[in-house]
Amino acid sequence: MSAFDKDSIVTSRRQFLIGSVGTGLLMAFAPHLQAEILTGSASKLLSEKLFSPSVWFEIDTNGLIIVNIAKAEMGQHVGTALARIVADELGADWQKVELRHVDTDPKWGYMVTGGSWSVFQSYTPLSQAGAAGRTVLIEAGAKLLGVEPAQCRVENSQVLANGKSISFAEIVKNGKVDRVFSADELANFSPKNPANRQLIAKPSKALDIPAKTNGTAQYGIDVELDNMLYARSIVPPTRYGCKVKSVDDSAAKKIKGYQGYQVLTDKSDTLQGWITVVADSYYAAVKAGNAIKVDYQVGETSNVSEQDILAQGELLTKDPTSGALVVEEGNIEQVAKQAKKSLELTYRTSSVLHFTMEPVNAAVEFKDGICHVHTGNQWQSLFLPVVAKALGLSDDKVIIHQYYLGGGFGRRLAGDYMLPAALTAQAIGRPVKLVFTREDDARFDCVRSPSVQHMMAYWDSGNKLLGIEHRAAAGWPTLTMAPGFMPDGLDKKAKYDPFSISGADHWYTLKNHRVRAINNPLAQQTFVPGWLRAVGPGWTGWAVESFMDEVAHQQKVDPIVFRLSMLDGDGKNAGKAPESVGGAKRLAKVLGLIKTKVNWGRRLPKNEGMGIAVSSGQERNMPTWGACVAHVKVDPASGKVTVLKLTGLMDCGTVVHPDGALAQTEGSMLWGLSLALHEGTAFEKGQVKDLNLNTYTPLRMQDVPELDISFVQNSEFPTGLGEPGLIAVAPAIANAIFNAVGARVRDLPIRAEAVLAAMKQHT
Amino acid sequence: MIKFTLNGKSMTSDADGDTPLLWVIRDEFGLKGTKFGCGIAMCGACTVHFNGSPVRSCSLPLSAIANADIRTIEGLENQHPLQRAWVEHQVPQCGYCQSGQIMQAAGLLATNANPTEEEIVNHMNGNLCRCMSYARIKSAIKDVASQSDSVVQVYNPNAERRAVQGVS
Repeated sequence: MSAFDKDSIVTSRRQFLIGSVGTGLLMAFAPHLQAEILTGSASKLLSEKLFSPSVWFEIDTNGLIIVNIAKAEMGQHVGTALARIVADELGADWQKVELRHVDTDPKWGYMVTGGSWSVFQSYTPLSQAGAAGRTVLIEAGAKLLGVEPAQCRVENSQVLANGKSISFAEIVKNGKVDRVFSADELANFSPKNPANRQLIAKPSKALDIPAKTNGTAQYGIDVELDNMLYARSIVPPTRYGCKVKSVDDSAAKKIKGYQGYQVLTDKSDTLQGWITVVADSYYAAVKAGNAIKVDYQVGETSNVSEQDILAQGELLTKDPTSGALVVEEGNIEQVAKQAKKSLELTYRTSSVLHFTMEPVNAAVEFKDGICHVHTGNQWQSLFLPVVAKALGLSDDKVIIHQYYLGGGFGRRLAGDYMLPAALTAQAIGRPVKLVFTREDDARFDCVRSPSVQHMMAYWDSGNKLLGIEHRAAAGWPTLTMAPGFMPDGLDKKAKYDPFSISGADHWYTLKNHRVRAINNPLAQQTFVPGWLRAVGPGWTGWAVESFMDEVAHQQKVDPIVFRLSMLDGDGKNAGKAPESVGGAKRLAKVLGLIKTKVNWGRRLPKNEGMGIAVSSGQERNMPTWGACVAHVKVDPASGKVTVLKLTGLMDCGTVVHPDGALAQTEGSMLWGLSLALHEGTAFEKGQVKDLNLNTYTPLRMQDVPELDISFVQNSEFPTGLGEPGLIAVAPAIANAIFNAVGARVRDLPIRAEAVLAAMKQHT
Repeated sequence: MIKFTLNGKSMTSDADGDTPLLWVIRDEFGLKGTKFGCGIAMCGACTVHFNGSPVRSCSLPLSAIANADIRTIEGLENQHPLQRAWVEHQVPQCGYCQSGQIMQAAGLLATNANPTEEEIVNHMNGNLCRCMSYARIKSAIKDVASQSDSVVQVYNPNAERRAVQGVS
């Protein structure tokens, strides 16, 4: 994960520039690479735009503060949260703060929005940037007021001293500022005392919301370019190895507005055997795509089924040597030999679609040798080079322009959907907007891979738990899309995808604990595995938290008491300041609080039950401590599960934007429920079989249970919140089903037939 | 050529009669607030009002709207109480489905100013929100329903010209 950590909470060695530019005041970090060698005036550097875009903000002569946001807005109101961190330190009047989402340009550093990292990574640099800005405004304001800076304070966009005051607007108008803060100076600013905060952790409204209630918010699909044509892709029958043998467009030619087709030549080899059809209108392109006949030489995976992939995973997880070693505590092999009792169980999850409401799309035009891609994307820096390579251009000839995302959920971390648009625009020499139909979007999705996890627990003769082994096999997103981000396993024998095992390295103290991350090559060959909301913990948590419950029941110990006994914060689970300060003890606290909150252990009506599960966020170096209690009712005749209530309790440290945090947790917990009971598809003949809402059935309003979500109030370092709420929901539901009717389900999604079968087995 | 009224203005379109209204609204008339989601009338992102009733414009052919009165999210002119409630309750996340959600909800309140919770759920169940903002959608609708008097008047400034908006 090392490359992702570069800009994490470790203060980067960058200078901070503040200077008068034009009529305004601009504040920005120096570019990363040149940070150590930059000399000269801040104003000059800023006016020449020699700065990193990751954080910069400006104040105009009316006192309007524009905070530029380099993160993708996909429903998390990220700009609001980030701007409030800056504005709080700056002492700004929130009414005078506006956001601007920046266009990308490759020289402007690494752009990725995902992993629930945004607030976590930006908190320190943004706080320091705001504090530096405040310092400069005080200095300039003091001079204009004729007082000493030490006598001044800042409030509501005003510098105040001895009963006198001057507004930021007046300072910008009349002061001259030119100041460079060294990395060391910057590091000396520590975030405000929580008691003095004006904005962080206070109620607020998200700045992006009004435009999303009146149709004015602009998404990628809304882009129009002069002189553009509309295009649709024909997604070939296998992801890899397809070749177009022949095309018959005689029927398409009868469609009014049809302009022809292109067989795409993709120099990056990402798209294999693709054609696109082009027309005057999108509907004509859709119809032409239906009418055109393509004869393919198909790839090798044209008959692969979900069952084939799962069978491969089962085979691999039975082999104690497969994959990469990720956790190795004690000696699990010795424990396995000595054990008097053991439990071996297998948990599986099915393929899941992202199904973003806005189907993937891109509009592309070439201007003066530059390829301009207009689209909503989460990881511009990953796919910009791929677009360039596909087109045969250098990276500096591609610019990606950012728009609102009609859902991200990890789908738009992959930018593969830009390629057919870019290649078509290049081929026909005209601007093109290419929109995937819903069915095309599903067939081209980088689905969450089916997974198989084998869990083993060992006990001594005194029924004392000795250790646990966990082997997890799946397709790995990072292997296909960003192999450079894969670290070595502990024994250096194999590399692994950290995002496909995170969560297995949990915070329970186990003397003997082994985790192996295993790639499923058949999954890898059949499709591009994707990162999907909550990523690794979204499915490793299914095995870990279901198994912990099963182990507790084996030992005849209450599942909460059992978990608490292992959340002692010993050794590596002690955590470290600031991001995981308190360690496992914070998770234990969350567990204790939720136990009281739901009145755990109370008698419930027949066929009802409560189940518990915990989560620790996305990664050990960014733990968001969470617990979920599901209260379910099971229909004994059909096995149908109804979730009556979900209680969620989260400790993400400082809650920077409380209502946004609640919204994210409502959404992520309902995602957890949707994945547990309502979603899931299967590969059939090399592609997913569910392509639209007639058979793919995400959660609807009628399925929403009572929700009770709360946050531990503290002022610890803020961690991520976009995803963690999802993790514990499915295992909590499965554990509740067991408590309700004694049926144990180990496959996700949980189907009524599986519950019924398990009930019969139980009785 | 098909003649119809779009947000109170007379319009004509020369697009093929089988063209879904959605693409005519978005690409011919440039009103991008109405969204494409599934194309089979099962997500509701493309919901507009057809003579006052919510319909899925992705599956409504242009030929079916001759002389009809079509209203889109832009036609609410930022004046509908639901739009204010959507901000007040901080409903949207990614926001992509919300034009459709608001149009669907407006259709409910226009004929049933004070719906029960069950009526709200039944009416809104066809509108998918992938961000799962359902709880807030529900509470925003309830909030407006409880102040139902203003609904019709604000929603439809030209009410006297039409017979459909039957709340009094």
